[in-house]
Amino acid sequence: MSQNTETVPDNRLVKGDHDFASITKLISDIPQERTPLWWYIAFGVSNIVLAVMIAMVVWLVWEGIGVWGLNNPVGWGWDITNFVWWVGIGHAGTLISAILFLFRQGWRTAINRFAEAMTIFAVMCAGLFPAIHVGRLWTIYWIFPLPNSMQLWPNFNSPLLWDVFAVFTYLVVSTLFWYVGLVPDLATMRDKVKGRISKLVYGTFALGWTGGNRQWQHYEKAYMILAGLATPLVLSVHTIVSFDFAVSIIPGWHTTIFPPYFVAGAVFSGFAMVLSLMIITRKLYGLEDIMTVDHIEKMNIIILVTGNMVGFAYVMEFFIAWYGGVEYEKFAFINRAFGPYAWAYWIMVTCNVVAPQFFWVKKFRRSIALTFALSIVINIGMWFERFVITVTSLAQDFLPSSWGYFSPTYVDVLTYVGTFGLFFTCFLLFLRFLPMVAIAEVKGVMPQADPAYYRSQNGNTKSTDDS
Amino acid sequence: MSTKDKPFGVLAEFDNPADLMDAAAAVNKAGYKHFDTYSPFPIHGMDDAMGLKPSRLGWIVLAHGIIGLLGGIALQVWSMDLAYPHIISGKPNLNFPAFVPVAFALVILLSAFGAFFGLFKMNRLPKLHNPLFNSDRITKATDDGFFICIEAADPIFSEKQVTAFLKEIGATHTETIPE
Repeated sequence: MSQNTETVPDNRLVKGDHDFASITKLISDIPQERTPLWWYIAFGVSNIVLAVMIAMVVWLVWEGIGVWGLNNPVGWGWDITNFVWWVGIGHAGTLISAILFLFRQGWRTAINRFAEAMTIFAVMCAGLFPAIHVGRLWTIYWIFPLPNSMQLWPNFNSPLLWDVFAVFTYLVVSTLFWYVGLVPDLATMRDKVKGRISKLVYGTFALGWTGGNRQWQHYEKAYMILAGLATPLVLSVHTIVSFDFAVSIIPGWHTTIFPPYFVAGAVFSGFAMVLSLMIITRKLYGLEDIMTVDHIEKMNIIILVTGNMVGFAYVMEFFIAWYGGVEYEKFAFINRAFGPYAWAYWIMVTCNVVAPQFFWVKKFRRSIALTFALSIVINIGMWFERFVITVTSLAQDFLPSSWGYFSPTYVDVLTYVGTFGLFFTCFLLFLRFLPMVAIAEVKGVMPQADPAYYRSQNGNTKSTDDS
Repeated sequence: MSTKDKPFGVLAEFDNPADLMDAAAAVNKAGYKHFDTYSPFPIHGMDDAMGLKPSRLGWIVLAHGIIGLLGGIALQVWSMDLAYPHIISGKPNLNFPAFVPVAFALVILLSAFGAFFGLFKMNRLPKLHNPLFNSDRITKATDDGFFICIEAADPIFSEKQVTAFLKEIGATHTETIPE
């Protein structure tokens, strides 16, 4: 058979000269080493910021929603902006762990554990805002369909209730998925740690995992099913978040483009957040062999794709506003770009549409410093996107006599800043005590994991060159 | 190794996934039923080599998903139309398109519970005690070791024969694990 084609091999997923034992050592040593000084400093700062958040939440519950800058006509401000922003960040973790798994993208193994942890902590931060924005936190259980003495049930016609179910399900499923992935690695930790107490704790959470193939068989099935469940879930969660807006009749919100546009934006910001965290972590913990520049490049390509989807949605919104011919809708969009919040709109466009265009160039995609800078820029841009959507449509709606201008108070700002304290407190604990890379999965994508690797060595060098 | 009365099984170590897979196929062919292979990661093709039937976990998940779907619809129909019929902004009580998101979320939630608890149920985890851990070497199975353990529960188990057999098919080390 004549062969005119040549297989171009993908870059190796794990760099350096690693075998299974060295991968185990690289990852499982991290929780066993002495806690580095920077960790204590970072953890201390995170705790202080977390304390600020707690103080602000207590003040809000004590005094009432009026301590935020909310008033007529803007009844949703930073609270919902922050909620959508944090949930969106979480989505990248599920995308990496579930969707890339279903697409058999081996490179996900280096970052999935890490990104899933980020998902869980981001959803925790997100969940805080809808919970406290109800004002009377002590009646928050009314949002669940629980039998109660008033014989009242929640209104299932309301997108806000759909959101409760979607976000709650998302948090639970993400946590289960994360834990299933952790079990084999917790068993590795159990077998590696020296201390009695740490052995007991890791052993308890490893549940007696042996690594037997009869266990792996069900494990792989469960992992695939959970990935298959998480994939429609992650798409549905941000769809339903967008329904909070799209199902209403406010000009600028009432558009059918919202679900795909929100999902693309969520993946966009989430990947940026994974990159921000990953670039620091791989440096601090010396994981450059596992989280390679190839990973960064692949993630930057996803950022470029989703960034352009978001940019396309911005254009499409304007087009439909004009093409639809509804006066209020037309006004809402012109007002967005040139009205009192034009500053926020153009920050959003610069950060979300202009900034990712750098990634068309391979050199920039592989530049760690630039990627880090742009990942921060993108997250700022995505925060502004949610702010622009939420606030501009409310501040100037149908009746000019009721128009207003939203300004946040210090409580708004410090609550938002404080959620970073919650996020980083959890994240630092995760880095310190849990294997931050999926050890078993990384081994599984190494060439040595494939039985064919050993068989081909006895004769041919590689299976690609059989002419 | 102290073998008081009855051993748990014989543990054999192999060099790499390929040797383990060949050995598993040989053990399966020799007619042993109570054996398992231990590896730090799932090895592609091992299920066939061991002669395992496909996992039935999918059916458990399906059953849970159906419960989630029916439960989700029942919850909404019952609370919106039967327990507390109340017209809110002129919408119908039985508004099925609006019931889709919650029913969908409950399908996913219940299915995920099915997958999660089903996985641990089928793997008989959590397990407080496993004689396998009487071996010091087995800890390598979560690092870089590849093992086969033929258990004494197997009807054709005989310590001497099994040990000889495992050595013959390429084990680099064998040991008897006490119960």
